[in-house]
Order: sequence, then structure tokens, then C-alpha cells
Amino acid sequence: MYENKRIGFLFVLPFVLGVLLFKLFPFVMSLALSFTQYDLIDPPQYVGLENYRELALADPLFRKSLGVTLLFAVLAVPLRVGFALFIAHVLNFRLRGINFFRAAFYLPSILGGSIAVAVLWRFIFAKNGLVNLLMTQAGLEPIAWLADEHYSMWTIVLLFTWQFGSAMVIFLAALQNVPVSLYEAAECDGASKLQQFWKITVPLITPVIFFNMIMQMVHAFQEFNGPYMITEGGPLSSTYVLALYIYDQSFRFFNLGYGAALSWVLFALVGCLSAISFWSSRYWVFYAGEKESRK
Amino acid sequence: MSADSMRASDGEGGRPWLRYLALVLVALVMLYPLIWLIGASFKSNSEIFTEVGFWPQRFDFSAYAKGWKTSTEYTFATYFLNSFLITIPRIVVTVISCLLVAYAFARFEFWGRKLLFSIMVGTMMLPLIVLRLPQYLVFRELGWLDSYLPLIVPSAFATDTFFVFMLVQFLKGIPRDMEEAAQIDGCNALQLLWHIIVPLLKPAIVSVIVFQFIWTMNDFMGPLIYLASVEKYPVSLALKMSIGATEEVEWANVIAISVVALIPSVAVFFAAQKHFIEGATSSGVKG
Repeated sequence: MYENKRIGFLFVLPFVLGVLLFKLFPFVMSLALSFTQYDLIDPPQYVGLENYRELALADPLFRKSLGVTLLFAVLAVPLRVGFALFIAHVLNFRLRGINFFRAAFYLPSILGGSIAVAVLWRFIFAKNGLVNLLMTQAGLEPIAWLADEHYSMWTIVLLFTWQFGSAMVIFLAALQNVPVSLYEAAECDGASKLQQFWKITVPLITPVIFFNMIMQMVHAFQEFNGPYMITEGGPLSSTYVLALYIYDQSFRFFNLGYGAALSWVLFALVGCLSAISFWSSRYWVFYAGEKESRK
Repeated sequence: MSADSMRASDGEGGRPWLRYLALVLVALVMLYPLIWLIGASFKSNSEIFTEVGFWPQRFDFSAYAKGWKTSTEYTFATYFLNSFLITIPRIVVTVISCLLVAYAFARFEFWGRKLLFSIMVGTMMLPLIVLRLPQYLVFRELGWLDSYLPLIVPSAFATDTFFVFMLVQFLKGIPRDMEEAAQIDGCNALQLLWHIIVPLLKPAIVSVIVFQFIWTMNDFMGPLIYLASVEKYPVSLALKMSIGATEEVEWANVIAISVVALIPSVAVFFAAQKHFIEGATSSGVKG
């Protein structure tokens, strides 16, 4: 019965329909829309590459937004993945109460996407919010986190980093597959904890590091709730990420063609960066069991 | 377990307290904002902005009462009900459709299986934001705007591919002996799924339910785009509205409601956290 092709296909049919209707069709449609001018009222008008020309040459806000998005990803992704790896490494020593810590570190990833947490964030970074209260008590000058363009980026980067738990549990699973004997051998040879981390742990889990980097990058480039709720893209567009710009163009100003073009630029960007990561991974990702075939 | 941990702590040569100290410190820094939020919900507006400690001078529930009432004609009871009206049907259709599709991928040979599987993995990497706009136009064409259908119906077609992937990974780890035995006894494909696979997949199904619950409760952009009338707003949109409504934000009220808004997710998380973290881990994809 496992060979019964019709039953298998029958079960998978909803997915085929779903992908066609809600994924592939919209995907192609957004490409088509990006070559048009469309405001929901009049029918779309074909304008060729005009939208792309405009955003490349005549739209300073796009350039600003692109820069902000890249900066956000460059800061937030390594911070999140690095933190996740570090904490997973510490947790991996099978301490008592690991379940408690694992849950505690995972909780922010669960709640982090919610508006309630964005509200909280906006609140603790307010002019006389919790962070500034703590800083004044420590004798530091308070900082206008949300109003100063030099600091606003950090509030959303911190929110992103704070949710490192999902990457952490994946690291934790990978670390548990690293044979304990390797550490014991290294211990005998007098390797320090730090050396063990860099020379054993990191090389053995490079595939997982790679996986987490790509997944988190895809997420970082789409970050919306944080900038939308906490900084509202400001001040001076310093947190005006592309997702926000796409939303504004598409659903607030109803420049649907332009919004589609912007979203395709974002898609191309993520695609290129993923491709580069895949290509570079040959040089730094080590898959166990692959060594023989490489000789 | 205890023998295991003994061995581990022998192996790493003492000083576990240092590790504990690091963990406790990080946990404290991470969770303090949440803890403080709870304390702040009982404080007065002025105390919130002057007090670093989380313990309020006195417990004042008036912010909860005021926040719950909102400045709109609806209370948060309506908004919570709306959230559940979206979340519960969505969970049901997600579980059914993803289970069937995962079962097909993991246990059947059919034409185009490999291609479809790669498409599925590919769509997990696809930035959702590229799809938002044309999806909106599709739902507009269907006359589904300002209803919950755009938020629920796509899930009935197993489009939350993350869950399909997770279930497939689980199924791969389950030996087929029991299914083969049941097959000899004359079970058909659906009976196998229901009587053999579903009980074995329980932890994975719990993860699907919990993830979908929390993600749908958190979802903000979907309702923001598709819903227009206030009476249909879920909690996430209503919360946003409570900030946007006035220049002078009544922070105490907003904070109290934020706490309430987080309760369902936190409760579900702790009720199921063991299964759920395992599910997240074994699928190896973002949670």
C-alpha cells in the first residue's frame, strides 16, 4: 500500500493546491505587479522597469532604508546566533536544572514577536523608562534611546537578540551529538575550556551554525513588529527597515506596483546573501563523515 | 540521569558554580523586563517612571479594570474572543492538513514527491513579505477582506510548511513495523494514520498546536492588513490601538493589558514546554 501512488497523491493534494494558490501564484503575481503602476482603483498599468529605475536612481528613502536593513541584519544576526551558541555551550554541561534554564531562555523567543512585548520595549527604553532609571542610578547620563538616531537602532537590535532561544535549542541538540570522549581527550592533553570550545565544539557544529545564520538572516530582513511598534521607523528614518517601507508603500500609500518592486529587491537580497552563504560554506562548514570523500 | 550528570560534572573539572552564576545572571537580565512588567502593572503612573524595583508600593488593580474597558466601545473580552475565533479554527485545520501531507511525504511514493518536497523546503525560506501584497489582492478578489478567512483558510492547505517539515522529520524517526503489522490486519491508509501514527506523533502534534497557538496570537501584520472593523480586531491590534489612540498614553493601563495579553501564550508554553521544545529542536527550524 505504501506504493499506492494515488493515495499518496490524494493526501498531498491540499498542499499542492495551497502552494499554487497561496505561494507560487502570489509570488509570480508580485513580480508581474512590480512592472506596473497600480493603486487598487484603476487597473494596473504596465510601466516596464520604471519602478526599479526609480528606486535605484531617484529614491533617497529607499537607499536609506536599504542601509538601515543591512545594518540591522549585520548587527542583529551575529549577536543572536552568537548568544545562542554561547548559552547553549554553557547549558550543555548537563547541569542540574537545565530544563528550567532552557525554558527561561526560550520564553522570550515565544513572546518576542508579540505586540505586548513591543509595548514593553518601547516602555523600558522611554525617556524615563527602566533602562534610563537604572543608568541614572549607576551614575550614568540617561540616553534618549528612542529619540536619538544614534541609539534607536540598538533598541530593535536588542529585541531581536533577546529572542535567541529558538536558535539556542537547535544548537543544544547539535551539541549533544558531539562525543564527550573528544572533550575528555582534550582535557587529558591540557586544553583549556576556551580552546576546547574553539577547537572541538565550533568545528563540529558548523553545519548548524550555518543553518541558524541563514534562517535568522531571513528573519532579520523581514523584521517588522519591532520597528513598527517601538520606533515607528524613526527618528529620522534611522530604523526605517525595508519591511516597513514595503508596508507603507503597499498598504498606506497604495503604490502597489512600487511596493511589489521593493519586495522583490528584498527577496533578491535575501536570495543573494543565502547563495553567498551556501557558496562560502564549502570553506568553513564541516559535515561529519564527509572527510573520506574529500581526500 | 543522575549517574549521567555525575559523570558530566566530574568530567568538566569542578567550578560548576561559575557556570550557574553566568546562567542565573543571563536569565535575570533576560527575564527582568518581563518580571518588571508584571510589577509595573500594579503601580501608579508616576511610580512606573521612578521606581526601578519590581515590587509595587501597593497593589492597585485599577489599571487592569481601566485597560480592560479600553477607550473603544468594546472591552478586551471582545478582542480576546476574536483572537480565539481566529486561533482555534486555524489550529484545527493546520493539524489536519499538515498531518495528511506529512504522512504522504513520509510514507508514500508518488509522482513528483521529491520535487514537491524541495518546493516545500524552499517556501520556508521565502520571505513572507513578498507574498503579502498579492495575497491581499487574491483575498480582495474573493471578497474575504475584513473577515477571518484570509487568516484561517490558507492553513487548511498545509501552507504552514514549517509544521509539515517538522512532522515529516518526526515520522522518519518512527519505525514502520507497527504500520506493516496493522496493514496485514487489514487497516487502510486512513485507519493507519488515525490508530497508529497519531498516537506515536503526539509530542509532535502538541508542538504544532502550541506553535500555531502562540504564533497566531502574536500575529500582527496579518490582521493589520486584512481586518478593517474594530469589532473584529484580535488582541494584538487592539493593543496597538490603545497606544495609538491618544498622545498621552495611559501607560499603567497599557502595561496591565499587555500582561493580560501575554498570559494565554505563557500558560500554553509552560503547560507544554517539554514536548514543545523537543519538537522545535528535532525539526531544526526556527521557533
